[in-house]
Amino acid sequence: MKTLTKIMAVSALSLGLAAPALAQDDPTQVGFIYVGSIGDLGWTYEHDRARLAVEEHFGDAVETSYVENVPEGADAERVLTQMALSGADLIFTTSFGYMDPTNAVAERFPNVRFEHATGYRRDHPNVSTYSARFYEGRAVMGHIAGHMTESNIVGYIASFPIPEVIRGINSAFIHAREVNPDVEFRIVWAYTWFDPAVEADAAQALIDQGADVIMQHTDSTAPMTVLAEAGAIGFGQASDMYQFAPAPRVSAIIDDWAPYYIARTQAVMDGTWESTDTWDGIGPGMVGIGEMTDAIPEEVRASAQAMVEAIAAGDYHPFTGPLNRQDGSAWLAEGEVADDGTLAGMNFYVEGITGDVPN
Amino acid sequence: MLRLEKRPAPSRAWTAATPVLAVVLTMIAGGIMFALLGKNPFEAIRIIFWDPLFHESFAAYSRPQLLVKAGPLILIAIGLALGFRAGVWNIGAEGQYIMGAIAGASFGLAFYPSESPLIFPGMIIAGALGGWAWSMIPAILKTRFRTNEILVSLLLVYVAEKFLASAATGFLRNPEGHGFPGSRNLSRIESMNNPELISGTGMHWGIVAAFIAVITAYVLLNKHVLGYQIKLAGQAPRAARFAGVNPNRLIVLCLGMSGALAGLAGLFEVSGPAGQISIDFNVGYGFTAIIVAFLGRLHPIGILLAGLLMALTYIGGELAQLMLQIPAPAIQAFQGMLLFFLLAVDVLSTYRIRVKKEGVA
Repeated sequence: MKTLTKIMAVSALSLGLAAPALAQDDPTQVGFIYVGSIGDLGWTYEHDRARLAVEEHFGDAVETSYVENVPEGADAERVLTQMALSGADLIFTTSFGYMDPTNAVAERFPNVRFEHATGYRRDHPNVSTYSARFYEGRAVMGHIAGHMTESNIVGYIASFPIPEVIRGINSAFIHAREVNPDVEFRIVWAYTWFDPAVEADAAQALIDQGADVIMQHTDSTAPMTVLAEAGAIGFGQASDMYQFAPAPRVSAIIDDWAPYYIARTQAVMDGTWESTDTWDGIGPGMVGIGEMTDAIPEEVRASAQAMVEAIAAGDYHPFTGPLNRQDGSAWLAEGEVADDGTLAGMNFYVEGITGDVPN
Repeated sequence: MLRLEKRPAPSRAWTAATPVLAVVLTMIAGGIMFALLGKNPFEAIRIIFWDPLFHESFAAYSRPQLLVKAGPLILIAIGLALGFRAGVWNIGAEGQYIMGAIAGASFGLAFYPSESPLIFPGMIIAGALGGWAWSMIPAILKTRFRTNEILVSLLLVYVAEKFLASAATGFLRNPEGHGFPGSRNLSRIESMNNPELISGTGMHWGIVAAFIAVITAYVLLNKHVLGYQIKLAGQAPRAARFAGVNPNRLIVLCLGMSGALAGLAGLFEVSGPAGQISIDFNVGYGFTAIIVAFLGRLHPIGILLAGLLMALTYIGGELAQLMLQIPAPAIQAFQGMLLFFLLAVDVLSTYRIRVKKEGVA
């Protein structure tokens, strides 16, 4: 009996000693595939900043690699396979269109962990999904926009008519209307995530329609340049875009993936990684609010900051009733909060927005 | 002093040698670029050209992928080459590729969830027709109104892209997709799937079609009167007219063939490797195929080899990104050099370099 205990103790000890030694010899490999270029100053740029944060946090214990400009579809599947073959332990696939390729490759490499951004399919136990509650940031931007507009026309450069974008428009509109009952939204559908020329044209068209505050759900800084010339204001999207502060960029919604990427890498190293679905917002730090500049009056900055803190603390949900759908039918009763399922599949405007969701 | 002297006929030896020379020059210039980026140029070139074929852990996977990547390039380039030979410049294969995919996918999904074995053949026909119809727009505008087919076909690519976005977010959107863009995954529906025919080879119906297109084009150009007319119209338009070649008929035929082949490529891609109609379904095969057509000297066998080489630079380029962290734009520049050097050394096949003595003015 004593011997057995001794053996167990020794083996436990040797295991304990062996594990860090192994980790030192064989750093954890973390791969990233990006849909854009790391220099896009928007979506991919922020994912890559988070990758660098992972490198910095873990030092020699982790090695990262990435492939940029990977088209969604067959090419993604090939790059993911090559990444898995090259010995990756954990792979982040950072675009919605990588959903099917991620699950297909995950099936063939059960020992590699996959994390897919903004999707909903977790077909295998080695696939997780994660996304950010960007609509929380949109609520704050909408609040500022409602206060700041003098023409009462807020322009909105939308990308594609998908729930993520529609949710953002609704959230911004609700909070602009809340502080300014006369505000109207003009929405331009750019049908692109990143196309500086198209985005600049859209911004100009909105300014021509009288908009003096413009929000964007596209990733380039081109609209900022147009806003600067026209004397209008806007908000950084995905990244801070602080080079346009204090105006036209008066604040920003920042995607901050670093805390999540570090936590998930740590989980792989500790052997505690499990398939999960994460949808984090301002509270856990996945959505950041860029510094509000002096271009915003002090009391508006204070009320916006109060909203940020209330959302972060979980005291306030941007979709709280009473809210009606665009056609006037009741959606949320007084005090009722939207459930995640409805938000995830949101395909309707709230009451007060003019125009139709393109179909 | 060096002087260029036009050869009476293009040199056969140089015509065969220039693509190889262009590849070598690309390796040298690309190697210098990689070195300037602080990467080991020899390692980079080895990873791009050698590892996808022979690396112990990657090759087994990437060799079949060469076929998957080359298939649509070859299929489209064969069609384009026929037109280019006749002096009909279809630059919009990308749009025809998109429209073929949409037409084929729409045909299949219209019958969902039927399991009839006739659906996939029907999709193939619909795909070819979709690409063909899109190419008829520049064809008819050219024959009726003398518009420039280069501009019209190119600009129609952007129209097709908008139509694709609309399809992915609208009429083809997967009703069970939680409101996200993108159609149902065709490759997971038995009756619409374009499967891997022999496991582990990457071979699917699109690659079979590409091989058939290579052989057919070869026979057409060498044995058939239409091939003769195509070559004649390209080399001597006036002579062709005297020989009774109807230029309008040739324009419609050439654009139609290249459109149908591009449409087929789109259909085989959407039902196989890509799997679904999505907003960013097209990845530039239609444009890359132009490079492939010229790299292959507009010759069917040349195109077959050029398609495989181009696919190699894609797959090797991804590996180089992964292993050496070479930025993607540098890989694209590397591929661009290939066409650049090919066109540059092209001069050697049609011109002779003569050393002329200075003096006697």
